[in-house]
Amino acid sequence: MQVYLDNAATTRLDPRVLAKMRPYLTTKYANASSIHRPGQQAFLDLTRARQTVAKLIGGEAEGIIFTASATEANNFIIKGVARANRSPKKNKIIISSIEHPCVRESALELEKEGFKIEFIPANSDGLITPAALQKLIDDTTILVSVMAVNNEIGTVADIVALAKIAHSRGAYFHSDAVQAVPYLKLDVKKMGLDFLTLSAHKFYGPKGVGLAYINRQIKIRPLIVGGGQEDGYRSGTYNIPGIIGLAVALELAYRERSAYLKKVTALRDHFWKSLKKAIPEVKLNGSRTKRVPANLNIMFGYIEGEAILIDLSFKGIHVSTGSACSATNLKASYVLRAIGLDKNFLNSNIRFSFGRFNTPAEIDYTIKCLKETVKRLRSFSPVA
Amino acid sequence: MALNYTKKTINHFLKPQNIGKISKPDGYAQIGNMICGDQLDFFLKVEKGKIKDVKFLSFGCASNIATASILTEKVKGLTINQAKKYDWKKVVKELGGLPRQKIHCSVMAVQGLQKAIADYEKKGDGEVKKPIAKKKSVAVKKTASKK
Repeated sequence: MQVYLDNAATTRLDPRVLAKMRPYLTTKYANASSIHRPGQQAFLDLTRARQTVAKLIGGEAEGIIFTASATEANNFIIKGVARANRSPKKNKIIISSIEHPCVRESALELEKEGFKIEFIPANSDGLITPAALQKLIDDTTILVSVMAVNNEIGTVADIVALAKIAHSRGAYFHSDAVQAVPYLKLDVKKMGLDFLTLSAHKFYGPKGVGLAYINRQIKIRPLIVGGGQEDGYRSGTYNIPGIIGLAVALELAYRERSAYLKKVTALRDHFWKSLKKAIPEVKLNGSRTKRVPANLNIMFGYIEGEAILIDLSFKGIHVSTGSACSATNLKASYVLRAIGLDKNFLNSNIRFSFGRFNTPAEIDYTIKCLKETVKRLRSFSPVA
Repeated sequence: MALNYTKKTINHFLKPQNIGKISKPDGYAQIGNMICGDQLDFFLKVEKGKIKDVKFLSFGCASNIATASILTEKVKGLTINQAKKYDWKKVVKELGGLPRQKIHCSVMAVQGLQKAIADYEKKGDGEVKKPIAKKKSVAVKKTASKK
């Protein structure tokens, strides 16, 4: 049996999405910037997709800038807003301490350019509280960026409250909501978001397409220049199949939201209950309540995460870990560090992320295998 | 990150050799720690200058376990001097290579074993060669001081 429990890394393309994308790869392949008829037809389809997405996230169609990834969108927003709005009086960028590397690295790049970067600490539940932001923000702040849902531990931030604080000090607010679809209802206007980032492959859409939602009233400098696509905000040939795929996937995600949430929550609860019964010395990382149902980041005492991952993978179960041994830089997850996890436990964590295509039988099989794996590795652990 | 372990590495990870403890070992050492993400404990039984038995415990990743497994397999039966010469490059070669970022696992396993051998040599007693030398020198000193 093959069990894919790494849906936070990426999801399987929904066949319905693929069906809608296919014509744009085969027959309707014209460049949407061409002025001949098939080109203009492609442009109309692009515009329709843009409007669909705008409606789904409660924003203006002209605010949607399609990119090749969420990483690109986050680079564009963080660097583009900072560089375009810098002044002698404004020089500070605030991000949370648990942001995705693409936000973190963008901020660190800005630091080299002389910007002041502040990191909002997370509490031990993995939450970024409004009080913590309040302590760091001042009138020199250009932009605050806090992810809606953390990719490693699945915790949910109070984006609305955080955005209010940012605006009260004249700063703009961005949220990387890549892990939030469809768990949170997104409405950029109601939520007070100036900028938002999404990625299609996290919600059963294709890889290679994301979006930056921008408030066109706010200055932003493009990251990629060239032919002037996306009104000059992002050059490069329109990825029509990808964009169509993103729009269809987002539409399906919210149309089927309640059934989906019910399914994923049931899988998660079943998993957690069975796990607690089957294996001693396990602990959930991050808030128990303020989290998306798709994610369980679990500490397994006395054994190392990468060993668990590889052992499970040979049993057909595919998960991920934040342990140092799995990282190219050989450093344990800074997210787990940031939430104050005991240093001795930093390398013993596995992320299980559930999705639409998982079944209860897969969960049962996983628990059975996990029990064997943990028992085996603990049998020769020097610290058990 | 791609982790393309060789078949041999995987076999040693899935079915590690020489795992466990030796009670009253002639040599023991611990290397690494949980914070760094890998720790190995080595236990040695030495007889007539040869490694009669060697066992290990691991808190570590797949290659940490696999390198300790193959190393213990290879040094079992060797003389202490031969075991001292067994370096990490041989471990990597025996496994058919290791991913670049996992080379340090082989280095750590070898260092851990060397540390256990050093512990054995420090203790010394109970064995044939060393104790004789010790007793001799002690005896010489004693007689010298008496004079």
